[in-house]
Amino acid sequence: MTPFTTLTSLVAPLPRNNVDTDTIIPSREMRSTGKTGLADGLFAPWRYSDVDARVPNPDFVLNDPRFSSAKILSAGKNFGCGSSREHAVWALAEYGIRCVMAESFAPIFYQNCVRNGVLPVVLNKDVLAQIGGNEVTVDLPSQTVICDEKKYAFDLAAEAKTMLADGLDGIDLTLKHADTIAAWQVADRLARPYIYLGDSE
Amino acid sequence: MPRTLFDKIWETHHIADTAGGSALIAIDRIFLHERTGASALNSMAEAGRTVLDPARVFAVMDHIVDTRPGRGDGTLMQGGEGFITETRAACHAADITLFDVNDPDQGITHVISPELGIVLPGCTLIAPDSHTCTQGAFGALAWGIGSSEAEHAMVTGTLRVQKPKAMRVTFEGTLPAGVTAKDMILALLAQEGAGGGAGHVVEFAGEAVRALDMEARMTLCNMATEFAAFTGIIGVDQTTTDYLTGRRYAPDPLPDWSDLVSDEAAVFDREITIDASALRPMVSWGTSPGHAAPLGDPIPADADPGALTYIGLKAGQSVEGVPIDVAFIGSCTNSRLSDLRRAAALVKGRHVADTVKVALVVPGSSSVKRAAEAEGLDTIFTDAGFEWRQSGCSLCFYAGGESFPPGSRVISSTNRNFEGRQGPGIKTHIASPEVVAASALAGRIVAPEGDEG
Repeated sequence: MTPFTTLTSLVAPLPRNNVDTDTIIPSREMRSTGKTGLADGLFAPWRYSDVDARVPNPDFVLNDPRFSSAKILSAGKNFGCGSSREHAVWALAEYGIRCVMAESFAPIFYQNCVRNGVLPVVLNKDVLAQIGGNEVTVDLPSQTVICDEKKYAFDLAAEAKTMLADGLDGIDLTLKHADTIAAWQVADRLARPYIYLGDSE
Repeated sequence: MPRTLFDKIWETHHIADTAGGSALIAIDRIFLHERTGASALNSMAEAGRTVLDPARVFAVMDHIVDTRPGRGDGTLMQGGEGFITETRAACHAADITLFDVNDPDQGITHVISPELGIVLPGCTLIAPDSHTCTQGAFGALAWGIGSSEAEHAMVTGTLRVQKPKAMRVTFEGTLPAGVTAKDMILALLAQEGAGGGAGHVVEFAGEAVRALDMEARMTLCNMATEFAAFTGIIGVDQTTTDYLTGRRYAPDPLPDWSDLVSDEAAVFDREITIDASALRPMVSWGTSPGHAAPLGDPIPADADPGALTYIGLKAGQSVEGVPIDVAFIGSCTNSRLSDLRRAAALVKGRHVADTVKVALVVPGSSSVKRAAEAEGLDTIFTDAGFEWRQSGCSLCFYAGGESFPPGSRVISSTNRNFEGRQGPGIKTHIASPEVVAASALAGRIVAPEGDEG
């Protein structure tokens, strides 16, 4: 996972609420069990006026030449709602989006971002309206978004920050607790033997 | 100190605090399906990692598998067969129990996990599927995660979780006749919006919830994800234990789970109370599950214009009476035996309107299908003009294979009315199986006869 420190980019504004993962990457665009080959299907229903022929819809923000290389996307409330498909984040990342700013996020999508080096930033509606379409710098260490010399702070759990900043793999981190986990399971086997289905075989 | 049910399960499963301020939570059960399961298993294997305890990991073919009679691995979806064959190979390699395409126990994850007693009160269960919250109906902490987290749970037996807050939604009083768990959850979504549960474990409580059978409780918890909640949960009672008694993977005898309820004095971070006796059949009018209203009420004046443009309706208009092209009964929300019985009772001896191009019933599991057939429900549906399918997720979402006719307006017992969810340009209205059945007969969106719409 690529470590995240600072990022300077135009913010492509998508000022809609409840942008769901079916729209970010439709099921029909997930053609293999892999994590790649998804960028072309990103936002397919909105990005293409003819999805099959891949005819760009000029009204969609990512087709605006100004935002063609934007690495930041901004949206309204409850971004990433719906299906848990991690493909939504894989598609965004493969396309080149490293940061999504929204009024709020759906919980599974938020976690999927953190696990894939995409920074989810919660900002209020007024701030999002101000920075949408402008160039900003996102500074992860200080948890601020800087736009026109104004600074906007954002919240981020310490663990999510560490994982993004260091590009860490959560599994490796957790395996450092392997002994604690094993000891916990020994005790739990006594308390709840019925949980351990393999023991009765 | 009085504790919520969520607190109790959290504390039971809390292994350690992490340096980053989250908690290492033990995961008791993991369920995979072919849409996201092979991704997680392949990625795990590529990293040279293995499943910590394969006996507690299950997988099923439900998302992409064909539901037409006589199915095999082939699907109409381009590349669909690959998801099935790769998932099968990966499950065998990892020594995971798989309910394969034509296994007698095959079915939708959140239908078969309870049927088989895989989900248990007080357990933690995760699946790379947002509707995992369905299984919170059993007093379990069950939630949806992404593929990376599924991999994490399989390898370590844990997840790193920031503790969510607790919310209680109390449905007081008794539901009027013809009003169902689906209407309860749609009413909550309409009142609070699709983001209303963000950051919370939502416990459903109150007289109207206690009165629900387990299948209806699953319908209620199923759409906690549509509320942006971490998950939904319901306290354990006799209804829960009666359901689980004798299920294959449930312990025999069942342990004492009577403490798996919120203590009377437990404090929730947020409380919402809804008068169940005032609820009416609901239907969605827009492109978010929060865009819903009692059947017959006008679409709100401040309705999202983008949603109305897509759905082709106007503010102030009622959804009642709008003609439909398709009726769909199925999905992890409403495809269990009780759902099919109630719908069948309405269509018995009648026929789907001529203007309805497609009417589908897709049982939630192979076991539901067999039980329904033993009661003759399949014949009631097919005599009425419905197709009777094999179990799976089917057209709850469009995967690129089988589709509804272009431009169709669908009345659907499913959970999501997103733009394009059931196919490009398809307009979805979500409602209870009763409303779907009645609308199929009428050819337009209506409440069952005898209900005040």
